[in-house]
Amino acid sequence: MQTTTLTLILIAIATGAFYFGRERSLLLASGQRKLASLHSLPGYYGYYTAIWALLPALAVLLIWLLIEPRIIVAMIVKALPDAQRALSSGELNLLVNNIRNYATGDIVAGDIEPFLRDAATQYQHLVAVSRHLLVTLSIGLATLGGVFAWRQITPEFRARNRVETVVGGLLIAASSIAILTTIGIVMSVLFEAIRFFREVPVTEFLFGLNWSPQTAIRADQVGSSGSFGAIPLFTGTLLITGIAMFVSVPVGIMTAIYLAEYSSTRIRSITKPVLEILAGIPTVVYGFFAALTVAPIVRRVGESMGFEVASDSALAAGLVMGIMIIPLVSSLSDDAINAVPRAMRDGALALGSTRSETMIKVLLPAALPGIVGGVLLAVSRAIGETMIVVMAAGLAANLTANPLEAVTTVTVQIVTLLVGDQEFDSAKTLAAFALGLMLFLITLGLNVLGLQVVRKYREEYD
Amino acid sequence: MQNLRPINEYRRMRDPAGSNSTRESPVMLSSSLDSQEEVSIEEEVENSDAASATLGNVRCDNPYIVAENIDVFYGDNHAIQDVTLEIAKNQVVALIGPSGCGKSTFLRCLNRMNDSIDSARVTGTITLDGENIHSKSLDPVALRARVGMVFQKPNPFPKSIYDNVAYGPRIHGLANDRAELDNIVHTSLERAGLLKEVKNRLDDPGTGLSGGQQQRLCIARTIAVDPEVILMDEPCSALDPIATAKIEDLMDELSENYAIVIVTHSMQQAARVSRRVAYFHLGKLIEVDETDKIFTNPSHKLTEDYVTGRIG
Repeated sequence: MQTTTLTLILIAIATGAFYFGRERSLLLASGQRKLASLHSLPGYYGYYTAIWALLPALAVLLIWLLIEPRIIVAMIVKALPDAQRALSSGELNLLVNNIRNYATGDIVAGDIEPFLRDAATQYQHLVAVSRHLLVTLSIGLATLGGVFAWRQITPEFRARNRVETVVGGLLIAASSIAILTTIGIVMSVLFEAIRFFREVPVTEFLFGLNWSPQTAIRADQVGSSGSFGAIPLFTGTLLITGIAMFVSVPVGIMTAIYLAEYSSTRIRSITKPVLEILAGIPTVVYGFFAALTVAPIVRRVGESMGFEVASDSALAAGLVMGIMIIPLVSSLSDDAINAVPRAMRDGALALGSTRSETMIKVLLPAALPGIVGGVLLAVSRAIGETMIVVMAAGLAANLTANPLEAVTTVTVQIVTLLVGDQEFDSAKTLAAFALGLMLFLITLGLNVLGLQVVRKYREEYD
Repeated sequence: MQNLRPINEYRRMRDPAGSNSTRESPVMLSSSLDSQEEVSIEEEVENSDAASATLGNVRCDNPYIVAENIDVFYGDNHAIQDVTLEIAKNQVVALIGPSGCGKSTFLRCLNRMNDSIDSARVTGTITLDGENIHSKSLDPVALRARVGMVFQKPNPFPKSIYDNVAYGPRIHGLANDRAELDNIVHTSLERAGLLKEVKNRLDDPGTGLSGGQQQRLCIARTIAVDPEVILMDEPCSALDPIATAKIEDLMDELSENYAIVIVTHSMQQAARVSRRVAYFHLGKLIEVDETDKIFTNPSHKLTEDYVTGRIG
């Protein structure tokens, strides 16, 4: 029997259990007050019975499916001739695969030897037995669970409370999926980074001025030994982020001021959605805009003024990234300004302030924490941004503060390190994890700081 | 719910056999509209005798503010209809009436605060000391420096107490140096009766004061600009009785130098602080007279019902 069929049968049993549980509670409801004599509404008794029928059986099904293949393989391997059991784990894996393929009628690599045929027969037999056991066990468990719950039902029985406990558990499980996954990712990055730091000292990574991650793969290969100083990457990131913030913060805040205070309702109703559309453009589109349009313009303008400009200058990437972030800054600042109570604005106007005085002396100072929080979130977005810099910024890890030169960023290097064929145990590959960890820590810190500032600001007026 | 009673009562008066449902619905509607009128009731008033001209005496000696035939529209909503009222210096005029009768709207006409509401439209003329406040040559910003306003909820700026009071003098350039500014701040706080309580913490944030102190801070902030008129929109509705008493005393003192217009829902407060009382009902000015006259011998049936508590 297929697993899907079995699951459907279990669900059918649970549906039946729901019906019987509800019926029993309705039968037990007596006296003049009928339903009111029950502790919970009849539906809850039904859900309670259904939960007992479904959950234990499903749990057994899940565990069974997880461990069944391992046990069967272990049993087959045990029955193999000594010669085969002595094989290395890799070869043994191949052999087991062959057995499985033969058993299911797929193509088998190599000759079919008698022991393989025996093993395949045994495999088929084991699988069949296991299936039968599973079906009997889970259906039996579902029925037993349902009957057990059904027998518990009395008018005083607190079905609602128990159902709510189970539902609460389900909600917790759902919310922990995201959290546990994140923790898992962070852990894997952390452990790989630790492996990297075993090969390259932390101090060299954090304070080294030279980034050149090419390492020799074979002992006799001619190649650099690799140097992993991350400083050029972080200064490059900082430079591009700085240019981006230099563009986006003034423009974004001025946009927000205009939208919040000066624009007519009509202009606002057009501008706001347009800005939101701008925020929805995929970054890869910004990326080729930066690489194909902005970078040549920057280069041409720079050279006409007598500067030497790299074709993949930090300036081009930073400018485009800044444009990308404008909607974020303006929308968060707009929210912050609008969150200042109207009474504040009226108070300032009633004292004879002009609009600009109201804005500069009352609204902006009151909204400042919110704006700062928004800018911090924008910075962390800029630092983590990948696509634009991959396409528009260079690959050369120059340690420079000149925006006209090519620089590279942490995210770009992570992409380059992991693209293509990699040896997982080389320092080159592992360096990506160390960079990822650093990036994660920096953006996490900025986000925490930003949210903290925003929250502090909210408390002030609510 | 107290404020909603008048409409209910009024309808019953006009239509004693009115069914429950017709009596209920306007009450429900009007509860959601505070400063705006409920159209269906408005029409009924127009048909009733309330549509006749204002009773009592809208004129006064040496008027400082003269509002002639003021109409205010919020979109299609006719919020104030043909209101004429004169206000003299050195007297407190109280505007009373049920919620949504237009008294706050009228108040906001006097310093053109309705300008900031896109849909609001004001017709008629208002003169301040003989000058038309709607004339092109008059800047609303300058007008608001002459006509100060205190709001229902205390709204100190998120700045220090000192900076709150110094805000107005700074933007209007009233002080030439720090000493003058100090002087203005101290005098204003003194006259608002707050100096004693905050003398030693002028640098603390204004938002840290109690509600009553915040409201007096707002009054100090208003008088620091040295206005000619002070408008107060239910200045005590968010305060406890002790703070209210302090503010009322303050109004008494301030009326020596300023014309004060106060919107209030408390009849006792109107009786205590005002020289003249104007009763608004559904966008119309029903009756204006000396405070004593309004509370002891009102001319209009609606006024009488309101001040005796039969409505409102």
